[in-house]
Amino acid sequence: MSEGVARTAARPLAAGGAAGFLRRQWPWLAALVFALVVPWFSFDWSTGRHSGFIVSMLSQIGISIIFALSYNMLMGQAGLLSFGHAVFLGLGGYVTAHVVNATKGGAFPLPLELTPIAGALGGLAFAVVLGYFATKQRATAFAMITLGIGELITSCALMFQTFFGGEGGVSTNRMTGRSLFGVGYAAPIQVYYLIVAWTALSVVAMLLLTRTPLGRMANASRDNFERAQFVGYDPRMVRFFQFALSGAFAGIAGALYTLTYEIVTYDTVAGPMSANALLMTYIGGVGVFAGPVVGAVLIVLLQSWVSLLSNSWLVYAGVLFIMMVTFAPMGLTGLVMMHQPIWRAGRLGRLIGPYLRLLGPALLVLIGFVLAVELCSFLTIGAAQGKSFTLSRITIDPRGARPWLVAGLLLVGGGLWLRVAMRGFGAAWNAVTEEVKTVGTRA
Amino acid sequence: MSVPALRLTDVKKSFGPTAVIMGVSLDVAPGSRHAIIGPNGAGKTTLFNLISGRFPASGGRIELHGRSIDGLPPHEINRRGLSRSFQVTSIFPRMTVFENIRCGLLWSRGYKYSFWHLVGGQRALNAAAAQLLADVNLEARRDVPAGLLTYAEQRALEIGITIAGGADTVLLDEPTAGMSRSEADHAVALIRRITAGKTLVMVEHDMSVVFDLADVVTVLVYGQVIASGPPAEIRANRAVQDAYLGAPAEVA
Repeated sequence: MSEGVARTAARPLAAGGAAGFLRRQWPWLAALVFALVVPWFSFDWSTGRHSGFIVSMLSQIGISIIFALSYNMLMGQAGLLSFGHAVFLGLGGYVTAHVVNATKGGAFPLPLELTPIAGALGGLAFAVVLGYFATKQRATAFAMITLGIGELITSCALMFQTFFGGEGGVSTNRMTGRSLFGVGYAAPIQVYYLIVAWTALSVVAMLLLTRTPLGRMANASRDNFERAQFVGYDPRMVRFFQFALSGAFAGIAGALYTLTYEIVTYDTVAGPMSANALLMTYIGGVGVFAGPVVGAVLIVLLQSWVSLLSNSWLVYAGVLFIMMVTFAPMGLTGLVMMHQPIWRAGRLGRLIGPYLRLLGPALLVLIGFVLAVELCSFLTIGAAQGKSFTLSRITIDPRGARPWLVAGLLLVGGGLWLRVAMRGFGAAWNAVTEEVKTVGTRA
Repeated sequence: MSVPALRLTDVKKSFGPTAVIMGVSLDVAPGSRHAIIGPNGAGKTTLFNLISGRFPASGGRIELHGRSIDGLPPHEINRRGLSRSFQVTSIFPRMTVFENIRCGLLWSRGYKYSFWHLVGGQRALNAAAAQLLADVNLEARRDVPAGLLTYAEQRALEIGITIAGGADTVLLDEPTAGMSRSEADHAVALIRRITAGKTLVMVEHDMSVVFDLADVVTVLVYGQVIASGPPAEIRANRAVQDAYLGAPAEVA
């Protein structure tokens, strides 16, 4: 899908007509259809209900997609590393909560479907004010200022009770009785479809934004801010506008958060939430428009599924992040994109064997690592919770020497094997890319 | 003479205690091709940085078409019709060649910070970018990321970006540096062609390029102008020969 996105950015939108549009954008349409039908796979016909777990997870994915994409408007597109992006999600959420409460009181007859606009305006307004200061700088200084803004707003959230509701936050009730379509929004599935609609709208809007003069100059100032100045642009203004718009989209994500959970607390503006945006965006890939979407899906799945199975899901997310930064700084979509020229040259088949040979040692290392992490976790948190470590029927005693020995052996043995296998893979990869290059020059 | 395109009056620049430019006065006539030469460290690039607003001058006046541009930020100076290239290639490496050129056009075409126009649908803009791409002979490389071009191609692209905005005064900082003879000849032909009717000021080390292209040559030594005039006059100037042309090691 990244391919289609990158290509069309440089070409007239109308090129190719409807067929061309389908050919280029089918992954997005497929994702949309999938999002629409997937809750029905979990539908329980006997109770007439959707699985609450699935719907809640899907809702979170939608919110995270908007949040991560808005973060990438700064990080990937403008080269701005922000440590305080949650501020605009949270503030958008607070504004929405107050607006929904006002609607409920009859003061403000806004249909619930349109309350994300309030969130967007809230995010925008705060991003204009705070962005005025933050975008005076770029690079490291910018990152430091956003860190400060994050801390500032988090402490404000605990101090200013009337707006932020203190530690308890602001609760709201989404059943305002005001809807464009007469929907009550009692069931989470109804909110989910609202999220799908707003996510689709936001994704399209953010994609189109990359193709506007502002979007192009954001890329240009990221690549070379000095050159941008000498073609007539003030890089500071480019940063400012980009920051403000990114805040508006984060505000939409915050509004949907409020509608989903019906409560906003100070941790929506706090550091861990900002780190989450960074995590999702980076793991998905900053260089491709769809990267943060992939990252958002993956991180929410990790959060929801792995946290069911293990206490240590954060350890896995953290290790994944470090691995990506170290070995694949362009993220998962970046890894996929690396295969594009090979695929185009019809040589992808040559890599299947080398990849399969990596599978064995990689699995051993993974199992060893997971075993070690879980042993640690059961020794500490698990013991406190009174849980025991069981795999199907076998109970593993984390105090015994044997499981630790197995974990160590798997890690060391698998690691050594992986090193050897990696060398073979590297040789195969180089051979194939060399071949692709010569094919490319001949053509 | 009419109002000079560019007039420098007693321009000074010091970095801390080090005076780099020590009172340079210079008039550049509209439509002329003016070369600034001088040994390494003479302050040629610094002078460009002062004119284009990259650094503020420590003293003196700089006027563009009779209006002072002292203390203006680079983008303001650019909007008034002055554009420059850099000694070390300065392009947008991760964007395609076509997009590099198009970014050079955006401001002058009035798009400003618009987030409501889709660049792909702007016919006149894309036609102008395509034309410019042809002018700098990079049509075949249209969709290649600029960072992957050869050195000579990157230099040509930079000249393209520099003139894209329609600036009438163009500063080129060593446009042929690091090029082979034939590449430099191509570059000179390109510069001659696309700066026709514009005022050109360039820093150049290659004397054959200077004497081939320039109408006026100014010699800068240790932050001061020691001579200024038509190429033939400069070539015959004794002081210039002593300070600069006579030292073959400096003529890179």
